[in-house]
Amino acid sequence: MQEDKSNIENKSSVRYLKLSGLEPLIITPESNFINVGERTNVAGSRLFLRLIKDEKFDEALAIARHQVDGGAQIIDVNMDDGLIDGKEAMVQFLNLIASEPDISRVPVMIDSSKWEIIEAGLQVVQGKCVVNSISLKEGEATFIKQAKLIKRYGAAVIVMAFDEVGQADNFDRRIEIAKRSYDILVNEVKFPSEDIIFDLNIFPVATGMDEHKRNALDFIEATRWVRENLPNVSVSGGVSNVSFSFRGNDSVREAMHSVFLYHAIKAGMNMGIVNPTMLEVYDEIPKDLLERVEDVILNRRDDATERLLTFAESVISSVKEHKVDLSWREKPLQERITHALVKGVDEFILDDVEEARKQATKPIEVIEQHLMTGMNVVGDLFGSGKMFLPQVVKSARVMKRAVAYLQPFIEESKRPLAPTSAPLSTGSKGGTFKSYEMADRLLYGKLKEFAVALRKNQTEAEGILWECLKNKQLKGYKFRRQHIVGQYIADFVCLKNRLIIEVDGKIHQLPENMESDEIRTAWLSDKGFKVLRFTNAHVIGDIDNILENILSELNKISETNLALAGKASPSGTGGAAGKILLATVKGDVHDIGKNIVGVVLNCNNYEIIDLGVMVSTEKIIETAKLENVDVIGLSGLITPSLDEMAYVAAEMERQNFKVPLLIGGATTSKAHTAVKIDTQYSNAVIYVNDASRAVTVVGNLINDNNTVGEYVKSIKDDYVTVREGFYNRSDRKEYLSLAGARENKFNIDWNNPNIATPNFLGTKVIENLNLNKLLEYIDWSPFFRTWELHGKFPAILTDAVVGETATHLFNDAQKLLQKVVDEKLLTAKAVFGIFSANSVNDDDIEVYADENKTEVKARFLTLRQQLKKKEGTPSMALADFVAPKETNIEDYMGAFCVSTGFGTAELAAEFEKDHDDYNSIMIKALADRLAEAFAEYLHKKVRTDYWGYASDEKLSTDELIKESYKGIRPAPGYPACPDHTEKLTIWELLKVKENIGVELTESLAMWPAASVSGYYFGSENAKYFGVGKITEEQVKDFAKRKNMDVETAKKWLRPNLAD
Amino acid sequence: MGNIKEEIQKRILVLDGAMGTMIQQYRFSEEEYRGEQFKDFHVSVKGNNDMLSITQPQAIKEIHRKYLEAGADIIETNTFSSTTIAMADYEMEDYVYELNYQSAKIAKEVADEFTAKNPAKPRFVAGAIGPTNKTASMSPKVNDPGFRAVTFNDLKAAYKQQTEALLDGGVDILLVETVFDTLNAKAALFAIEEVKEERNIDVPIMLSGTITDASGRTLSGQTAEAFLISVSHIPLLSIGFNCALGANQLTPHLEVLARKSNLPVSAHPNAGLPNAFGEYDETPEEMAAQIKTYLDKHLVRIIGGCCGTTPAHIKAIADLVSPLTPKGGI
Repeated sequence: MQEDKSNIENKSSVRYLKLSGLEPLIITPESNFINVGERTNVAGSRLFLRLIKDEKFDEALAIARHQVDGGAQIIDVNMDDGLIDGKEAMVQFLNLIASEPDISRVPVMIDSSKWEIIEAGLQVVQGKCVVNSISLKEGEATFIKQAKLIKRYGAAVIVMAFDEVGQADNFDRRIEIAKRSYDILVNEVKFPSEDIIFDLNIFPVATGMDEHKRNALDFIEATRWVRENLPNVSVSGGVSNVSFSFRGNDSVREAMHSVFLYHAIKAGMNMGIVNPTMLEVYDEIPKDLLERVEDVILNRRDDATERLLTFAESVISSVKEHKVDLSWREKPLQERITHALVKGVDEFILDDVEEARKQATKPIEVIEQHLMTGMNVVGDLFGSGKMFLPQVVKSARVMKRAVAYLQPFIEESKRPLAPTSAPLSTGSKGGTFKSYEMADRLLYGKLKEFAVALRKNQTEAEGILWECLKNKQLKGYKFRRQHIVGQYIADFVCLKNRLIIEVDGKIHQLPENMESDEIRTAWLSDKGFKVLRFTNAHVIGDIDNILENILSELNKISETNLALAGKASPSGTGGAAGKILLATVKGDVHDIGKNIVGVVLNCNNYEIIDLGVMVSTEKIIETAKLENVDVIGLSGLITPSLDEMAYVAAEMERQNFKVPLLIGGATTSKAHTAVKIDTQYSNAVIYVNDASRAVTVVGNLINDNNTVGEYVKSIKDDYVTVREGFYNRSDRKEYLSLAGARENKFNIDWNNPNIATPNFLGTKVIENLNLNKLLEYIDWSPFFRTWELHGKFPAILTDAVVGETATHLFNDAQKLLQKVVDEKLLTAKAVFGIFSANSVNDDDIEVYADENKTEVKARFLTLRQQLKKKEGTPSMALADFVAPKETNIEDYMGAFCVSTGFGTAELAAEFEKDHDDYNSIMIKALADRLAEAFAEYLHKKVRTDYWGYASDEKLSTDELIKESYKGIRPAPGYPACPDHTEKLTIWELLKVKENIGVELTESLAMWPAASVSGYYFGSENAKYFGVGKITEEQVKDFAKRKNMDVETAKKWLRPNLAD
Repeated sequence: MGNIKEEIQKRILVLDGAMGTMIQQYRFSEEEYRGEQFKDFHVSVKGNNDMLSITQPQAIKEIHRKYLEAGADIIETNTFSSTTIAMADYEMEDYVYELNYQSAKIAKEVADEFTAKNPAKPRFVAGAIGPTNKTASMSPKVNDPGFRAVTFNDLKAAYKQQTEALLDGGVDILLVETVFDTLNAKAALFAIEEVKEERNIDVPIMLSGTITDASGRTLSGQTAEAFLISVSHIPLLSIGFNCALGANQLTPHLEVLARKSNLPVSAHPNAGLPNAFGEYDETPEEMAAQIKTYLDKHLVRIIGGCCGTTPAHIKAIADLVSPLTPKGGI
């Protein structure tokens, strides 16, 4: 091959071993030693054997992935064990590897002593693999036959130094067998010589037996001979054998492996099985140990073994201790603080902050310098994708704790002259700052809280004045009240004209306060602000005169003072990079994603006004105006929230808002944003798909670079394109008429219905289930998605990129979960029912009070697929899974609601109080997982016990997650039954609120949020599907059946309406 | 008859263009697909192009003839789907031998006509061996990645039957093409090796993979070089890529083959990428302009066309190639 020719003198005969997985592996003389991963070997790894025996293939795959991530360039797979079907396990495991590109990128080594297992493996691997192994043990005929087949399958082969006589255990036998094997392969089989790899048998040394003394040396010498005399071949072997006699003394073993490899590689061994964690760096082996090990490996002294044994006893104690690495504590202060922030370690932060505070002239400097330096590193790492969300949230926790610690010192330093120790309340009106340019952005947060408090508790005089100033009443001048300017809170301010109005109570009359007021006035005028002071009495007694006063001052300033513009921040944000309002819209209670966005933006120096969940449009609009926010962000998870967001956008348009609107949450999408929301608001509307994007987006929206307009325009243009694409696409869809769809319903053979009579009929309540029972039902993958770590559990724990973060997150989750379980911090409740039922009029299901079917207790309306599909594919509705009434068949269905949310809000609030957003988000995410686990648990109970149609079912958690069970439990609001209003029927039927206290919001979200509700269908034919788009015809029909007006029905079904 | 191994050393060989594109132009009805032999066949067969070699042999011959007139050195038999696995769609597994045999036979007849007219330009027939419609190293079930719809042994048996029939019908070359899953190709190669051994013959094999999209990988995930390594254990006449991409998009992947292998490289790209209606609208001139860069770079030894190409495309390509061909060509 051309490449080869260019490198090598002897062009025609030198060829390299080339292997492939999804990617090539070419072994040249320049290649480093090729490390073969050996943990996917049932003979060598007890853990792997157990996983294969238990058919825990996901975890077994994680081991393979771990090997590849750890640098294995080939992975050895061995399934030789008496208790497993080796052939089946080999095929299954190799097939699974094939669907994991991050594993199958490397070649496989099919390792077995049984030819049938090897051949089965060869038949399922697309790349060029290695067979491990064949030999002359059973004679030439077998050897030739197998080699021919291996060649035809396209694999390389490991040949063991083994023949009819036995295993080669000295130099001569090794080269004799190698030479003979080589000649047969190359000359008779025409096997490519570069595809031959010799395993020349690595045997233990230092066993105490004289005949073993040369074991390592003979291997090394034979390797040299083979590489020199048998062109193009490779030499491999299992290295750990050599140190077998030192089991238990890892220090010595590691040194022996390194020394052996050092010499064997020099002799030409170019690949092998080595456990990388059992390998010392050759240069770092202590001299005395090195000498003794080399004596043994190279058989340099007669007493080499004894000397090493004696020495080994002294090294035996130096077992590596796996302690937490605290070396960073030795570093300089700033590095320690940065380390703590980047790693999210809060153990030492208060000590470090205290040390910094003592060094600083002013406590605020610790925030401005030490902490912000660290947070900037965090920001950079996150921005460049080197940190992940859970880590950033942990950093924020450390930051918040540090700031909270510093807060009292900062307050203290602000008002050394104040007569009272009351916090801030007086300080803000009588600060003594000397030289701060503007308020610190972090201090700002604290001031903010206080300003809000002041607003709520305004004095009578302030109230009177505000009534006259608010809403631009005073000739159109806009005033804000209790607004932060620098380190101060101004009672009223007109930012445009830089006029501050202070209404003073008695406290200012004290001499020391007079003095501090002067300082403050001086600072403010230095910044271009004019301060007018009035007493309370003055305001109350003579408001008209005061207003005139103010107006004349404003006019004066308008003419003269504007030249000073630019000296202070006119934005009113007082130092923060921007002010962002976040809210989960009306009717929705899901806020994990929104909280994460809040934390991340907060870390990036934005001030967050989080209005929480179920926030009405009016409140969002009002707060946005009052706080003069720079950006509004809306979040929602359930489908009705999409409409609510569009409504907020329309209101913003109507009220002439200019600020950008961000849209996020699980059901939102770029298409939806472009089509439904962007069209409502003429200013920027931006879909933000994850928290890490939020920082970039907001950064693009708020900056001084004059690029904002351009950015907004590019987004607007993009959405126009998305819209056009959307409209074009939807033009092409074809729908069946409702009658046609019903005609094409999913047909179950009701002549052979196979319906199990439930063991239990009626409604049952479960109070306070032991949370321990739910743990095994938890599906962890969505938990990681909540934290924007994408991948399947447990593989994600060993993922090359996010594995470390995921593992930490998982450990933290386990800890909190254990606490929740042990201390019963959350309450799990459920109500469910199983009822006699039949479908009627194709799409509805009647639930009867009893088996006499005289009383219809509830009527569930289902929606039917209408999108035209391939012939023979049914148009499904959930009603298809229940026997039609006219068949006279006794059939059943069930409904349920579970919740593990009771207690979540309280716990989250407690964490937040402790500045611990990390655990606040964590508890909500865990509660959600527990609720899903509860739904899974209860469904199983129903299948195997209460209804009992699958009493013999045995499924692992994985199989549960993959929904391999019989029967389904679809939830209203999800694809099979997108209509949320059916929840009302469930609530009525099961008396959910009365029984367990879970309520429905106006948008029919469940509260507490960690709840799951749905139906049970027991038919073996029942399956999950998506209703997809439906036509106006069905909506009208549905509205009629539901006794609802068409417009209301459309509102609920909007995401499913065909355009 | 000429020897393909000698011819490929002498000149750049031109492969024919699309069969399906040409058949579409005839707009055959269900009855015409059935012909006399299958008039009472129990399932609908419209769209089963391979059976036209039996029921409409004149049309297939006409297509071959047009490509040969355009200057093709190698024509492919109308057997892309003629395996028991792919024919299962039409329940025609029992006719697989006949399909391959007849297709090979009529192609050979036409090719021989042309060779006879101009012995200096011998024409060859390549038995087209498609990938089947199942993949051996991927699961069609999202929830069951360990599942396989077809096994190596299934494929090997099907390919062996096809190979034997093609050889019996008289093909000069076997063309394992549109390889989207290397394991399928390895099964085909394994089958061919068995036939070669049993019949004690040597037959040149062309192998052509498919890079499915901009990722630069096959459908089963291999890079061009990994694909090359995985099929290098069998002696090949040529290795290359076809389908999925147009000539321009195929260039970097052909470069990998040219650089990493000392085998002659083949290419039969599509006429560009399909437009919004799934049609290929690259003109012969446009395609030839791109092919010219292949020739300028000495990338390929065999060049033809896949989806959307017509005799006009092949003529444009042959016109490019012929000046490069030493005297004694057309």
